[in-house]
Amino acid sequence: MIPAAFDYYRPKTMTEVIAILQEHGDDARVMAGGHSLIPMMKLRMAEVPHLIDLQDIADLADIAIEGQKITLGAMVTQHALIDHTGLSSAAPILREASLQIADPQVRYMGTIGGNVANGDPGNDMPGVMQCLDAQINLVGPDGSRSVAARDYYEAAYMTDREDDEVLTSISFQAPTGGYAYEKQKRKIGDYATAAAAVLISKSDGKVASASIAMTNLSDVPVWSEEAGAALVGTACDAAALEAAVAAMLGDIDPAEDNRGPVAFKRHVAGVILKRAISRAWDRA
Amino acid sequence: MSDKMHIKLKVNGEDKEFLAEPRELLIFALREKLDITGPHVGCETSHCGACTVIIDGKSVKSCTMFVGQANGSEITTIEGIGEPDALHVLQESFREHHGLQCGFCTPGMITRATKLLEENPTPTEEEVRFGMAGNICRCTGYQNIVKSILAAASELNAAKEAAQ
Repeated sequence: MIPAAFDYYRPKTMTEVIAILQEHGDDARVMAGGHSLIPMMKLRMAEVPHLIDLQDIADLADIAIEGQKITLGAMVTQHALIDHTGLSSAAPILREASLQIADPQVRYMGTIGGNVANGDPGNDMPGVMQCLDAQINLVGPDGSRSVAARDYYEAAYMTDREDDEVLTSISFQAPTGGYAYEKQKRKIGDYATAAAAVLISKSDGKVASASIAMTNLSDVPVWSEEAGAALVGTACDAAALEAAVAAMLGDIDPAEDNRGPVAFKRHVAGVILKRAISRAWDRA
Repeated sequence: MSDKMHIKLKVNGEDKEFLAEPRELLIFALREKLDITGPHVGCETSHCGACTVIIDGKSVKSCTMFVGQANGSEITTIEGIGEPDALHVLQESFREHHGLQCGFCTPGMITRATKLLEENPTPTEEEVRFGMAGNICRCTGYQNIVKSILAAASELNAAKEAAQ
């Protein structure tokens, strides 16, 4: 419950943030909503001698919808994301997924950037972002760069972000067609036993394109290219669903924990994926 | 040891100033520095919601916020929601519908419910249950908490209509 002591910074510009990160290296961390970092600090699983609060940095909480391009500032809270009518119609999968994340209080504080940057395979947004083929935008001492969400995750808590970089926003093209985020969990606020993000577009009664990503079934989110490909050109019938599930099962690598043994998680992953595909297809 | 910070908060309408270590969690600043002991601590993993307060219009678990993050904020705790001789409709309703037993979750429940009814003045039972999902209760089984909140909502809406 009691975190170790630290120095607290609340800078107003990203330049100051980067300077503090460069000065203290591994000993400094940025904090967004604090709802993964503070719990870890309270359990002394994370020690952060220099804590940089991002709440005063201008523009980080902006939601921009320009034509088909959507950009979410890293400090956009789950609550703001659920509440934003324009975003809910442009990319409804985000609202559907956000409502399955944590609980009301956590959603007032927890941010999209923190969720995506955290690197915990339990987080839901990384899979959603892979499904959307989002770009993750980072700023560091050498300027800014973008990384595809599909290339961002390396291992549990290990991402492509360098220690002196900050995730500032996430951008993607507004999806077309049907969508679903289906999550099996033990109770409200739990990380998924298995979850699936699905986007499907339809043309002449057939699947024109499909994107499928799975949550908490490996040490990273899993975008299953093969699973999506198995649906394309089909009428999304039972055989196509079986083929997509078989392809997905080839890409995941769940670990046993309190949510169940590996065989159970693989079973649940199949059930959840079928439900998600069916719902996305109905909406396509 | 890091330097103490000068913290200014407005709590339940009153200006408060004190010194605190950066690592101090808001819940402990409220309880130990300001003697506002209605908000409780029921866990160390941010699940239970017994520490829920309203900060700048958001329902927040004050065990998961450092005091520096709240610096400059306006905070409402259960103590600012009603007075013993002039209870808030929700407080009256929790009493009337037996929405509490040991009372440990109640301050967090009522501060959260205040915000819930502000955002959704006419919730369904399902919306109440979902909207209160960040608050755990060991005693009531939730049924009477839901009743209390729905009854308070009707009463608040009736009062609003009568005023128009």
